[in-house]
Amino acid sequence: MMTDLMKSALLRAAFALAVFSLSFAARAQLTIEITGAGANRIPIAITDFVGEPGVSRAVALVVRADLERSGLFKLVEAGTPLAENAAVNFADWKARGADALVVGSVAPAANGRFEVRFRLHDVQKQASLGGLAYVMTPQQGRATGHRIADFVYEKLLGEPGIFSTRIAYVVKSPGRFELQIADADGMNAQTALASREPIISPAWSPDGTRLAYVSFESKKPVVYVHSLATGRRHVAANFKGSNSAPAWSPDGNKLAVVLTKDGASQLYSLNADGSGVVRLASSAGIDTEPFFSPDGKYIYFTSDRGGSPQAYRIEAGGGTAQRITFEGSYNVTPRLSPDGKSMAYVSRNGGRFQLTLMDLATRQTQILTDSDKDESPSFAPNGRMILYASEIGGRGVLAAVSSDGRVKQKLSVQAGDVREPAWGPFLKN
Amino acid sequence: MNIRNGLMIVLGATLIAGCGTTGEAEQPGASVEDRSARKIDGAEVKPVTAVDPMGAALAAVKQGVLAKRSVFFDYDSYVIKDEFKSLVEAHAQFLVANPKVKMLIQGNADERGSREYNLALGQKRAEALKKMLSLLGAREDQIEAVSLGEEKPRCSEGNEACWSQNRRDDMLYTGEF
Repeated sequence: MMTDLMKSALLRAAFALAVFSLSFAARAQLTIEITGAGANRIPIAITDFVGEPGVSRAVALVVRADLERSGLFKLVEAGTPLAENAAVNFADWKARGADALVVGSVAPAANGRFEVRFRLHDVQKQASLGGLAYVMTPQQGRATGHRIADFVYEKLLGEPGIFSTRIAYVVKSPGRFELQIADADGMNAQTALASREPIISPAWSPDGTRLAYVSFESKKPVVYVHSLATGRRHVAANFKGSNSAPAWSPDGNKLAVVLTKDGASQLYSLNADGSGVVRLASSAGIDTEPFFSPDGKYIYFTSDRGGSPQAYRIEAGGGTAQRITFEGSYNVTPRLSPDGKSMAYVSRNGGRFQLTLMDLATRQTQILTDSDKDESPSFAPNGRMILYASEIGGRGVLAAVSSDGRVKQKLSVQAGDVREPAWGPFLKN
Repeated sequence: MNIRNGLMIVLGATLIAGCGTTGEAEQPGASVEDRSARKIDGAEVKPVTAVDPMGAALAAVKQGVLAKRSVFFDYDSYVIKDEFKSLVEAHAQFLVANPKVKMLIQGNADERGSREYNLALGQKRAEALKKMLSLLGAREDQIEAVSLGEEKPRCSEGNEACWSQNRRDDMLYTGEF
C-alpha cells in the first residue's frame, strides 16, 4: 500500500521528468564542474517557490545552480518556500548570513501554462530590488530559471547574466564528429551537424541564428554557414586550396575568412552568401584566425610575417598591419572582449600553451591558466568568463576562467573529446 | 572526360545495341555466351573491357617508389628536406608523363598549438611540395594543395616520435580522393 507521501513524491518525480525532458543521451551530456570561485561571493538565499511544488522546486534549482556555477554567489540554506508577495523578516535572513533573498510563487495559468512570479530582496538595505512574472509552458521551466538567474545576476552585479545564452562546441568520438549546441549550463545538447570528417572553428552570427564553421566532409576544409532553426546550410567559401577561420562582422553581413586560392593562407572578406570576395591583407607568410573588434573597425589576426606567429590588427577594410604582441615566439588566436578593452589569446611559455589576457590600453598581460594545451578562447557575451579548449589526461575538455583568473569551471562529456568552443550572443527578446 | 575514354563508351554502347537487336537476350533459354558481344555477323571480335585510362597509371603509382606518398617535415618548418627530393622527382616525372592524372596534396601538422594556425602550416607544407613538383615540370592545374591541419593525425600519442609522423604531406592521385 502506497502512502500518500510516496504517491505525491512519485507524481512529482514523474512531473519533473515530463517538464524537463531528459530524453537526450546521457553520455552526450556536457557536465560543468566548478574548480575555482570568486574572492567575494555574494551570499544569497533562494527559497523554493510557493505553489505547484514540482515546477517550483525545479525552477528554483535552476536559479541556484546558475548562480552558484558563476562562482560569484554563495548559496545560503533557504528553508521553507516563501511567496513572491510574502512579508520578509530581514533580521532573520541577516542572521542566517544572506545578503540577498529570492522568493517566488507559481500558479496555474490558462492552457496548461504556469505563471511564475519572483522578487529579489536586498537583505542589508531591507528593500525589494524588483521582480518579474513569466507565463511559461511546462517545457520552459529551465528557460524561466535561467531568466530569473539573469535578472538576479544583473541587479546584484551590474552587468548582464549569461545564463540564457548557448554555446557551440565539437564532440569527437571514434570515427564521428558532432557540432553541438547546448545551453550555457551544458543542458539540452543538440547536434547541428554530424560528420565522419573533422569540423572546426564554429563562429556564431551576431544574432545567434546561424553558425559559420569549417567542415572537412569533402576531404578539404570548406566554410559553411548553417541556420540552426532550419538546419539549412550553404557553402560560403570553397575555393581551390583550403578555406577556413570564419569570423562574423558585428553587423552580421560579412565574414572574414582565410583562403589559399592565391598561395599561402591569407585574409579575405566576403558576404555571408559567399559573394563579393575581397582580399584584406597581403603577407609573404601565414595570416589566419581573423576576429572583428566589437566596434567593427579592426580585424585582429595571427600572422607569422615577422618570423614567428604573433597577433596583429588591420583596419576592417584592409590596410597596414599593426603588431599587437611582442613577448615570446608564439602568440595566436587573438579574441577581443565584448567591450573591446582586452584581448584573450594563447601564448606558448616554455612549451606550454596557455590562455593569456592583454589589457589593450596598458599592454599588460596575465596568464590565466596553469594548464598546457589551451586553445580556441571565446568570451562570454558579458565579458566575465572566457571559454576555451584544453586537455586533461589526454582527453579534450572545455574549461572557462573569469577574466580576473579566479573563477574556474571544467566542462566535459563522458564519452569523447570536446573541443572548439564558441560562446553564443545574448538572446534578443 | 577525355576522348579515348569517350570512344570506348561509344564502342561499348554500339556492341550492346547490336546484341539487343538479335533479340537473344529476351529468350529464356539463351546461353550466357549468346548474350556476349563475341559474335556479330559470325566474325570473331576481340573482347575489350572499357576501363578508365587512369587505371594503368594508377596501378603504376601503387608500386615501387611511387607507392611512397609521404614527405615529412621538421617542427614549425615547411622546408622539404633533401632526403625526400628523389621521391618528389619520381612523382614529378610521373605527373609529366601522365598529364591527365591529377594530384591532391594534403598538408598536415602536429597537434601542438592553434588548430587554425596548424591548418595554415599544413597548407604551407602542401604548397612547398606543389611548388617543387611544378618546378620539376608538373603543370600547375594538375595539382591542388590543401591542408588537413592537425585534424587527421596518423599517430595520436603526445610525443615527438608521434608528432614527427604527423608533420607531413600526403600525395593522392586521381581516384584516391
